[in-house]
Amino acid sequence: MAQPTDDARHGHAEREAARRRVRANWLLSAPALAMLAFAASGPLLIMLVYSFLTPGDYGGIVWKFSGEGWFQVLFSRDIFDETVGLADAHLTIFWRSLELSILTTLLALVLGFPTAYFIATRPREQRALWLFLVTIPFWTNLLIRTFAIMELIRNEGVINSILLWLGVIDAPLQMMFTEGATLVGMAYVYLPLMVLPLYAAMDRLDFRLVEAGYDLYATRLQVLRKVILPLVKPGVIAGSILVFIPSLGAYVTPRLLGGGRNMMMGNFIELQFGQGRNWPLGAALSITLLLVVMLALVVYVKNANKGGAGHG
Amino acid sequence: MIQSADVAVNVAGVSKIFGSGDQEVRALDDVSVAIRQNEFFTLLGPSGCGKTTLLRLLAGFEHPTRGEIFLNGTDIAGLPPNKRPVNTVFQSYALFPHLTVGQNIGFGLEMQGKPKAEVEQTVDAMLKLVRMEALKKRRTSQISGGQQQRVALARALAPHPEVLLLDEPLSALDFKLRKEMQLELKRLQNETGITFIFVTHDQEEALTMSDRIAVMRDGKILQVGGPREIYDRPAERFVADFIGDTNFLRAEILGVDGDAARLRLDAGGVEIAADLPEGAARSGAVTVVIRPERARFLGPDDAPPDGESALDARVEQMVYFGTDTHYHLRLGGDERFIARIQNDERLARAPAEGDSVRIAFPARAAQVLKD
Repeated sequence: MAQPTDDARHGHAEREAARRRVRANWLLSAPALAMLAFAASGPLLIMLVYSFLTPGDYGGIVWKFSGEGWFQVLFSRDIFDETVGLADAHLTIFWRSLELSILTTLLALVLGFPTAYFIATRPREQRALWLFLVTIPFWTNLLIRTFAIMELIRNEGVINSILLWLGVIDAPLQMMFTEGATLVGMAYVYLPLMVLPLYAAMDRLDFRLVEAGYDLYATRLQVLRKVILPLVKPGVIAGSILVFIPSLGAYVTPRLLGGGRNMMMGNFIELQFGQGRNWPLGAALSITLLLVVMLALVVYVKNANKGGAGHG
Repeated sequence: MIQSADVAVNVAGVSKIFGSGDQEVRALDDVSVAIRQNEFFTLLGPSGCGKTTLLRLLAGFEHPTRGEIFLNGTDIAGLPPNKRPVNTVFQSYALFPHLTVGQNIGFGLEMQGKPKAEVEQTVDAMLKLVRMEALKKRRTSQISGGQQQRVALARALAPHPEVLLLDEPLSALDFKLRKEMQLELKRLQNETGITFIFVTHDQEEALTMSDRIAVMRDGKILQVGGPREIYDRPAERFVADFIGDTNFLRAEILGVDGDAARLRLDAGGVEIAADLPEGAARSGAVTVVIRPERARFLGPDDAPPDGESALDARVEQMVYFGTDTHYHLRLGGDERFIARIQNDERLARAPAEGDSVRIAFPARAAQVLKD
């Protein structure tokens, strides 16, 4: 008889300990949770509520329910005869944002992959220095870095001056205020966010596997495709997500380098809260952007994992 | 060195220097060796002796600073690993974690662009060869260390390389599995007829598996020979010391006749016959080695049989090992000698600690060292 009772008591004590551990974990994560609730969920909730209200005449909102904000995300009414049509301008901005963000992610991947590989293949004591160099741009304000890029690419900027002086071109190249400028600028700004997770994945990569690949008759390209890429895929996914999300909502870079003509979602949303005086539309656009990001992530991660990685 | 059809790999005057200036490390120093077709050849030495560097030069992961490497008559020193008909079994196995057992084994063939049906067929044959048919679809993380070892072997053998390189492949296995895999490796080498070049620091492994052994130290090959030759006729102190237990005795050469010498041992002034390796001193003071198991006890009244030599000694310590006992003896002139005597119930009276004994060893049990 003694045996089961002991066991039961033992089991009870163990459950009690587990419960205490759970409580301690909740207590430890309480500040983070409070922060999330206050700083992330709260504003989102406010946006959600605003998107269903009526715009005030001088900005702000009027506490009266309206579906107009959501309606205007995709549709527009003619000012004179009230006919409903698709809001082409909005779709163009959506599409441009998506396109530029995908291109930015790809460009950052193409530039970041060799960089991360280079760092990961340095002797261990040198790597800290290279990683440190990668993070240097973070020391300066984004705005200032963007102005620096402008200084390089504007019509009277460094690049055009050199090319003119060399006689390669007769008239300055229009680089400012183009989608290309926005793309390059964003890829530059978010490159470290790609390099760091890629490096983390490559740091864990067992380079003996690379040697095994070469030994088994794989060319350099085959080693990259068949050995390295599948193994650093988690890093590629993480880096892509880290670059894609802020790209989609980017504000400063497209504003300064793209100019007014090449507006992206972030600028468009800002417009609604500023000159547009249409807060409900701005709020609805923000939430749309959030949903697009979430959808894109789900599709991306699902597809990325389908390749049968999942090693461990 | 002469090229002949019998030579699979010919390493000619190869040096490998890592780093430069103060940090220069000479991993290989003017190494030359010829490895025969279908041979189980072992590079044996302590860590840092250059054996792994030599293997990596053969695989193509490193390139020699000086010298040439011929594979079946072709200079391959400048070729990258993927252009060499040579495969490696890595110490850590280096199996691809994102691929199944079958995909791992088929990797080399696939990279060679072999048709799918042929890859499939060879993979199945290889799985059968290493007795792993049931695990084809498993991930490499789902199989045991011994099984991973077999997959690594199958993967390296699948493209049927001209030479298989094995970098301490058994060192991660436990004792019993290691014994099993030693036999397995021998079987695979016989069945495939591929030249095996095996790197190890384990002298026992080298002795049991190899057709020939090259003993290495400090980037140099000290001696090449069959296991028996390496064990019984070590030419240098390091070789004698590294492989098995041995006794070193000081002696003086009295006379030389071909590869045999008459010596007088400093201990007790006894005259013995010993083998003289090529390049050893032919007169003066030398060191001779005698393996502990070559000695046996003489009864108090026995005279040594013809041609054998006998020494007086005193038992200082006895260590029992089950099948045999090690007697730590002190000879005249303060030299020590360990005798390994098989335990035998029929032995009239085993000596005890403190006893005076006479030991004898057969003619030419002793070998003169070059250094």
